[in-house]
Amino acid sequence: MEERLRNKCKALRDRGTFFYLAFESYGIYSYIELLMSYAFSIKSEQNGALRLSISGSMSIENLNSMIGEFKKLFHEQSPSELIVDLASVEYMDSGGALFLFEMENEAIKKSIPFNCINISQKEKSIIQLLDKNILTQPPLVPKVKDLNLIEQIGKTSLAIYDDLIDVISFHGELVVDMVYSLLHPFSVRWRYVLLYMKKVGVDGLPILGLISFLLGLIIAFMSSLQLKQFGANIYVASLVSIAMVRELGPIITAILVAGRSGSAFAAEIGTMKVNEEVDALITMGFNPMRFLAIPKVFAAMLVMPILTLFANLFAIGGGMVVGILGLNLTLYTYVQETMNALALFDITTSFIKSIVFALLIAAIGCQRGFKVRGGAEAVGNATTSAVVYALFLIIVSDSLFAIILHYID
Amino acid sequence: MDNKEKETVINVSGLGVSYGEQVILSDVSFTVFKGEILVIAGESGCGKSTLLKHMIGLHKPDTGKVTIDDIDILNADDEMMRRVRRNIGMLFQSSALIGSMTLGENVALPLYEFTALPDETIELIVKMKLAMVGLSGYENHLPSELSGGMKKRAGIARALALDPPILFFDEPSAGLDPVTSAGLDMLIKKINEGVGTTMVIVTHELQSIFAVAHRILMLDKSKKGIIGEGTPWELKEHSTNPRIIAFFNRRVINDNSKGK
Repeated sequence: MEERLRNKCKALRDRGTFFYLAFESYGIYSYIELLMSYAFSIKSEQNGALRLSISGSMSIENLNSMIGEFKKLFHEQSPSELIVDLASVEYMDSGGALFLFEMENEAIKKSIPFNCINISQKEKSIIQLLDKNILTQPPLVPKVKDLNLIEQIGKTSLAIYDDLIDVISFHGELVVDMVYSLLHPFSVRWRYVLLYMKKVGVDGLPILGLISFLLGLIIAFMSSLQLKQFGANIYVASLVSIAMVRELGPIITAILVAGRSGSAFAAEIGTMKVNEEVDALITMGFNPMRFLAIPKVFAAMLVMPILTLFANLFAIGGGMVVGILGLNLTLYTYVQETMNALALFDITTSFIKSIVFALLIAAIGCQRGFKVRGGAEAVGNATTSAVVYALFLIIVSDSLFAIILHYID
Repeated sequence: MDNKEKETVINVSGLGVSYGEQVILSDVSFTVFKGEILVIAGESGCGKSTLLKHMIGLHKPDTGKVTIDDIDILNADDEMMRRVRRNIGMLFQSSALIGSMTLGENVALPLYEFTALPDETIELIVKMKLAMVGLSGYENHLPSELSGGMKKRAGIARALALDPPILFFDEPSAGLDPVTSAGLDMLIKKINEGVGTTMVIVTHELQSIFAVAHRILMLDKSKKGIIGEGTPWELKEHSTNPRIIAFFNRRVINDNSKGK
């Protein structure tokens, strides 16, 4: 038993930096783990040489304190020659080898001779793995230095400008390919258009329905609190329908589709880019824009108006619940009021808006995906920026719509 | 090979590539002849895959010219490029199968794009190509359901779909077990002998090189270009370049001057 223990201790010692003590108590063997340490013993010789014997473990863990102790010693003694004796070193790793180089460097700095004696075969192999010249060689590419404020502003501005150019030219390219696809309907992968219509539309309907129903409910409830005071309950119906159909319906749908599908498009194409799948498509003679982007853009543009219609309907439904249960309106009057309030113009613009939003969301999603370079992190960034950029474009274009519609109406 | 009239299929001249300030390849010129298996070999990171990607026009080089079947692929219009792409098949290092499609659909992709064959015929061709690489019965598997070696073989099946006269392989046997890798070498040789397909293969596996290569092009990191050219035996027996000798004898090159 004892021999086995001793072997085990030896094995553990050979393997690493830890020293294991074993003792027996009540017939149970346990190991106490002690961090193995090192020790310097110094001897100054007659000719002014310093003989430094190192014992114990020359490991990475001890590197810092070894260097510190050595430097202090070295400066105190300022010897005329340095002799390092490794005879009683029990363990040495690359940290120990680095320490040897450090000592040698110090000696060279003071231009005194350096000698290392009693190096075992094992220690020799680890020392040979280190190359002195490589330690001082500059890296192939210099480290990216921190930019100052002005540089950062400049760099970010340039990046925004480049990005804008990219987005615009991507949209241009996309429009060209959309026209091509409409002229060559057989070149479009309609099966995938259907698939994405399901993903964007059908799968998104439950959450969109819930959100817009509650939104209608909230608008009706909040406005009824005010309108009740004037006995103008009846106007709740027109308020909900006009607010939803003219503004909120397309916006809510667009925000939801941007979050659900714009991000999904960016992630899908981005991952394909990382996996060389886009390169493979190009090599096989496909146009990645027509193959990957067009079905998504068409699907979004076909399905968004329908989603917007549903959002409007659900919101009016929400308003109706408040109107009938809380304001004593009849179903008939509520519907009648809603019909009176809405003009065909409102519904058409709601559709047109949602088609434009769909184009922007899907295009940005695809563009961000195609721009991915690198790995998993780049895909994540692309997804985030697809959603953020899409929301930005939705709000900007909605404001433009507001101005244009104001003059048309 | 020798007694036949050598016909140029691919010509690369003065190709130079750099990423930022780091030069990857400089002034690389060579020719690929019809029906030969050309292996591009060299240590890791010497620009083998980069060279291959430039040869098929995926990336644009800084300098130089690449022609395939006498078409300058850097300045070709879409129609010309389509003709070139119809004639080449490429196996990517990562196989690059389309993740959302089954193996069958992946192999059928080029067939749908370039032929007007009816679905039943395409299905038969897909079955045949998958069987050629030992994957019969896997038509309806998704790439994510396969092992690395199987993906690679599926990638080859897709590259072979149109029986292109030129095939490019980026490290076909990397990460494969010796048996599968040997099977792959045999497949490459059979296709080359049977159909006369011109092949450009990037690899650093010595056994594969000796099994398939008609000619080798040795690239080198420090020279950023070609350091040797010839049959495997010529290079192994007669080369005097220490790097080529080291490569063929699996010897370590001890040079600290690499970065200088």
